Amino acid sequence: MQIKSPNFKENARIALHNVELQEALGQFKYGFPVNRANAIKRLPEFDDLRDEARDLKNHIIENLDIYLEQFESKVIENGGHVHWCRTGDDANKAILDICKQVNAKTVTKGKSMVSEEINLNDYLEKNGVQPVETDLGEYILQLRDDHPSHIIAPAIHLNVNDVSETFHKHHKRPKTEDPQALMKEAREVLRKQFVSADVGITGANFLVAETGSSIIVTNEGNGDLTQTLPKTHIVITSIEKVVPTLEDMSLFLRLLARSATGQEFTVYNTLSTGPKREDDQDGPENFHVVLVDNGRSEMVGSEFQDMLRCIRCSSCMNHCPVYGAVGGHSYGWVYPGPMGSVLTPKMIGIDKAAHLPNASTSCGKCEEVCPVRIPLPKLMRHWREKEFEKHLTPKAVRFGIASWAFFAKRPAIYRWLSRGSAWFISTLAGKKGRLKKLPLAGGWTDWRDMPAPQGKTFMDQWKAKQKAGE
Amino acid sequence: MTSSRRLTIAMTTMPNNRKNPKVGLFVTCLADMFRPSVAFATVKLLEASGCVVEVPEKQTCCGQPAYNSGDKATTADIARQTIEAFDGYEYVVGPSGSCIGMLHYYPEVFSDDDPWKQRALDLKARSYEITQFLTDIVNFEQINAAFEGTITYHDSCSGLRQLGVKDQPRKLLSKVENLTLNEMEEAETCCGFGGTFCVKYPDISNRMVSNKTQYISDSGASTLVGGDLGCLLNMAGKLKREGKQIEARHIVEILADMTDTPAIGEAEYELAKAL
Ligand code: SF4
Repeated sequence: MQIKSPNFKENARIALHNVELQEALGQFKYGFPVNRANAIKRLPEFDDLRDEARDLKNHIIENLDIYLEQFESKVIENGGHVHWCRTGDDANKAILDICKQVNAKTVTKGKSMVSEEINLNDYLEKNGVQPVETDLGEYILQLRDDHPSHIIAPAIHLNVNDVSETFHKHHKRPKTEDPQALMKEAREVLRKQFVSADVGITGANFLVAETGSSIIVTNEGNGDLTQTLPKTHIVITSIEKVVPTLEDMSLFLRLLARSATGQEFTVYNTLSTGPKREDDQDGPENFHVVLVDNGRSEMVGSEFQDMLRCIRCSSCMNHCPVYGAVGGHSYGWVYPGPMGSVLTPKMIGIDKAAHLPNASTSCGKCEEVCPVRIPLPKLMRHWREKEFEKHLTPKAVRFGIASWAFFAKRPAIYRWLSRGSAWFISTLAGKKGRLKKLPLAGGWTDWRDMPAPQGKTFMDQWKAKQKAGE
Repeated sequence: MTSSRRLTIAMTTMPNNRKNPKVGLFVTCLADMFRPSVAFATVKLLEASGCVVEVPEKQTCCGQPAYNSGDKATTADIARQTIEAFDGYEYVVGPSGSCIGMLHYYPEVFSDDDPWKQRALDLKARSYEITQFLTDIVNFEQINAAFEGTITYHDSCSGLRQLGVKDQPRKLLSKVENLTLNEMEEAETCCGFGGTFCVKYPDISNRMVSNKTQYISDSGASTLVGGDLGCLLNMAGKLKREGKQIEARHIVEILADMTDTPAIGEAEYELAKAL
């Protein structure tokens, strides 16, 4: 995926002027967040579960190597293969190799953000293997040559009209705007793909160390068909998804569904444990797990370690007022919203992604709703520190901070500056009490009035009162 | 350990019910420059609750612009200056959840072996946002104020999520005569101010504040009340630009019965007209 994060400001500007997108985003805030709130009301121990999940994740991260090795030996025991991939390239190559071994022409794919992260579809296509997305949202995006704008509702930026036109163009069937009919149409087209695919690729929400299982949760059931029909099943996922036991997995599943969509449980929770056994009726003959690192192990022990707790529920972006204003594409890469603003700089470099951790008011809503209590605003601030240390902060901002700091560190001069500014702005405003325009404050006054200061500063008035002996 | 340091520790471990605690007022830049009446109202409330209020000369800004821009060294300089300025006060109180919240971040800018770390923790332990201080620390009940009209209350982010300010302002407002509180939808959603955010990303900030003013006017209130001047200047500025007839005030002005000054961004003649 082309990196557009450096153009965040421009992306956001366009998004803010996109009437249809704004409509979709306006609707969006009454969906998942409301459902989540209701689901939590029905589960009084939700906050205790969050603490438990946070502590468990911390424990896992501290012992990541142990659990991953346990997972690997279980997969092998079950007759499957594990591929360790340090980079996205390594992972793409490993997957292509597997496809070549079985002479695959087409692969069906369940939704996987990691595959977006490593650009798997492009890579396979370039090498003669046709990937077909089977998640409805991802399928629509693939037809449109578009990318997800949300990690669990990838086509949230589109409306029925967009889908109707896309289907009409690609399926060559009569146009319909009925969502049910569109769904049926997609199902019919995809069924054929499920049956004819040589390889099925899915992501994983969790990997279970004690059994060597991977699990995906979906509401469409497409994952089941993707992984059981083709002869070869490849799981592509990242190393921090491992959990020790099935019991632990269910703790996360309870949190995940409620935090994501407000469901008690996702409709399909599908576990894959190795290839088909002798007496199994169906299932793949080959089972591969491709484990991607792509910078994650470097986060262990760093100030960004907490981010590895993320279970990709999307709650942070569902509740983020900035995401709600500009949508996912503005972030310019795979992961949008607050979690993306922490992950993206790690994956594409802070020099390219500096806007993301800066475009936040630090309102803290994301941290409030994160099921594993990731201190997202703090992590975004750590990126700003990195940016500052590396002298990447824009010159104007650095200059602004430096001049402000010069005064702020000298109380006597600071008094003088405050006095001058208060006098200046209130004089400009005269009796009107506010300004429509203020030099050097266009960012403010383009959109809102600037309330004028009352006149004399508090410090001056207080001093005068003290002197007068009041 | 310096003697003043020992003194501070001794004082902070004293029981809260001690008579006439000595409070250092953290004025905040915006109250100092834009709305001194907010600082005066804070002093009035603190004195009414039995505190002895002083305004340390050495204070300036809490350091948030540096902290939020990733400039740790400058943040630490300002933290040290503020810690020193408020040494010896039993409590530090200010009319802003955001600035007091910043004081609470000071321990994070010093490493564990830095002696300033302990001093920062100590400052944090005795710093409070005004409504929190009045309600949770000195149990101040004698609100002597009246306000004609319907208000709606915006929960500013740092106060709400970092300091836990939510019920305190409402409890205090419930004691104001004639005042009606109409809660708006999404009272806890950020107004889009965010310090430097509103000038760095003005059009995103504008979208956020426009959503907010919609909720405010939908509430039917004639006055918007909040506990942070930054947010209030932002929302008041937008309300005025949109031509909405809704005033904005800091909560302490209402609690201290000091609403004779024009509301935020309001011209004097508008007030005269209203009277
Ligand atoms: S950061 Fe937290 S809220 Fe956001 S997707 Fe990850 S787990 Fe969910």
